[in-house]
Amino acid sequence: MKYVAGVDVGSTQTKAVIIDRNRTIVGRALLDMETSMVTIAQDAYQAALKNADIGEDQVEYVAATGYGRYKVTFGDEQVTEISCHARGAVHLFPKTRTVIDIGGQDTKAIRVGPEGQVEDFTMNDKCAAGTGRFLGAASYALELPLSELGPLSLKSTSPVRITTTCTVFAESEIISHLAKGFLPEDVLMGVHQAITSRCVSLARRVGIASEATFTGGVSRNIAMVALLAEQLGIPINVSPDAQFIGALGAALFAHDRAFGSETQIATAVAEEA
Amino acid sequence: MTTAIAEAVPGTSRSAPAAKEIWTPFNAHSEGQRLFKEWYARLETANERHEPVANVFVMGNAIEILRSFDFHMVFPEINSLQTGVRKTSAEFIRISEDYGMSPDVCSYVKADVGMMLKEEKEPLGKMPKPDLSVSSNMCGTFIKWAEIWERRYKMPSFVLDLPGQRSSSWVVRPGDAQHSADSRWVEDQFKDLIAKCEKITGKRFDIDRLAEVQGRVNQMVIHWNNVMELNRTCPAPYNAMLDGLTYIGIMNVYRGTVEGVEFMRRLEEDVRAKVARGEGRVPEERFRLLFSGTPCYVSMRRLVELFETWGGVFAYSDYLTFAAGGMDAAELLYDTSRPLESLAEVTALAAQRGLSNQFFAHERMEKQIKDYGVDGVVFHGIKSCRFVSAGMADTRDYISKRLDIPTLYIESDLIDPRYWSDAQIKNRVDAFFEALQQRGGAGPLKGKATHAQGRTA
Repeated sequence: MKYVAGVDVGSTQTKAVIIDRNRTIVGRALLDMETSMVTIAQDAYQAALKNADIGEDQVEYVAATGYGRYKVTFGDEQVTEISCHARGAVHLFPKTRTVIDIGGQDTKAIRVGPEGQVEDFTMNDKCAAGTGRFLGAASYALELPLSELGPLSLKSTSPVRITTTCTVFAESEIISHLAKGFLPEDVLMGVHQAITSRCVSLARRVGIASEATFTGGVSRNIAMVALLAEQLGIPINVSPDAQFIGALGAALFAHDRAFGSETQIATAVAEEA
Repeated sequence: MTTAIAEAVPGTSRSAPAAKEIWTPFNAHSEGQRLFKEWYARLETANERHEPVANVFVMGNAIEILRSFDFHMVFPEINSLQTGVRKTSAEFIRISEDYGMSPDVCSYVKADVGMMLKEEKEPLGKMPKPDLSVSSNMCGTFIKWAEIWERRYKMPSFVLDLPGQRSSSWVVRPGDAQHSADSRWVEDQFKDLIAKCEKITGKRFDIDRLAEVQGRVNQMVIHWNNVMELNRTCPAPYNAMLDGLTYIGIMNVYRGTVEGVEFMRRLEEDVRAKVARGEGRVPEERFRLLFSGTPCYVSMRRLVELFETWGGVFAYSDYLTFAAGGMDAAELLYDTSRPLESLAEVTALAAQRGLSNQFFAHERMEKQIKDYGVDGVVFHGIKSCRFVSAGMADTRDYISKRLDIPTLYIESDLIDPRYWSDAQIKNRVDAFFEALQQRGGAGPLKGKATHAQGRTA
């Protein structure tokens, strides 16, 4: 068997990644969350297998991550998404020393070592302020799809200051600003700035290192990337696979279990050659 | 000071029950529960017997004086935490919030107010009406809490003003000019308290009784320090944040009593035997941890379970010292040849060594990390008490960045179950251990810490 898999069951989406012995992604799938975590995990895994064009019997080991990791009934191991995002980010961008992950209900700042090991981490407390949900509230209040929020906010010339730190109250604050006649782009930029400020504060707690990688679904938002780079004062890496980094990290842990460490792999590859 | 201890309590061990002569197995948990039940049973009938009762806090409480007047002691903080342990706190908190208290108010206060409003039905029996309360400025909430009792029970509250830390560059040392002045300030307040106690009880102050109580406190402190030091052993014989909570309960409630001395003596004996047998709290100790902050009583067993499944044991917690009357060092023992002066000196010093001194928390923790061979530090922030959570960020920063010791910050509450989010806390705990493992992990019994011999009580 030549493959391993990682399945990341998050609060809003489930992601699955298949990698080969050389740690190359050969299949992936992303599904929106449904009522059953068990079913969605299985569906995402099957979709990733199909995408890789391989059968389940060719997968040696499956590691699960995300809040629903214990619902991955076919998983061999569970690893937290904190370790997985760290591992996945360093795999894609080896010089990464700070990882920022903004997901549906969690925002994390992780300080990582050269091997992707977690050195320190901090997360938002029991409140969704500064997470993807905050943007979800803005999207709902402005009746705009999530994908349009970033580009529109970059048109802002005079951002509105959003004072609330509560995602629930944010919606009413946004509506009240719009009612006062503020432009949607200015209100949206205020929302993005509020999230960035919470996020940068978390990153400062663990220490901002030389190079940062932004992971999770919110990294697709170009305004968030621009604001984070500006406020952190360092370059921000964003991968086209940003949403899959948790699942990729899980797959890399599965790879360790199935095929051993880097040295063992090198020896095995040399022997095969 | 040490010689005075032996002189002060000539009959403590001899005056203990004769049954002690017959060896019986000691189980600290069940013995602790038995003592707690007896204490609550005595409290329940105190008013009927017309015996004086005082409401006190676990810190800065002058228990030694009150005990010399035969006051029964009610610890409302302990009553409130018991509602958390017994999973009844949510109801009492709701009652006090219905009454108008904010969710931000200390959950201990709200549970107590909820119990008062629910016709005095406490978790372990009916609490007597107090004749006096003693509080201090060690926590601002203490004073306002005492005012609630004052109005409800129409009885006096006595507030001790204990001088705290003046600046970050000043370290109090016993006997220096400032400490002497502070001690005299505290001693004068004790004299006022004594006059109040004489008026309430109709008894004359007996300084020899005070010395007798202090001698017993000294013995308990020595045993307690030895018990804490024994947990430097690998594997740790007990979990500081589970077993340790029972031990400090006895340290507080039975402070200065014959039963208290006997419990602590047997506890030390028991823990020492476990160390000799190489018996650890967890079957395979893999990580030694330090817990900083106040427990989440409503989910403490669950929290400990989350750590122990990874082979992590809390070898030490700063809670074991600051919530045990601040008695954490030999310099805090009483000189029983000068009972009142010494009580004032130790009280002033304990106040500065305790909560008022947050300037040096990182230095103390650095030493504890070395002494107990700690692999990681867990900080527990309290939602309804910013006071005990303040300073954690600075200490955490120092420990993780300067000492390169992994830290974990989790947040919940003392007893408010609404702040406990199991999935989120488990996630953080698991990630913390994954990080510890990635650092090379701590092999089982790496042979780091070894216990000190301790002192003789």
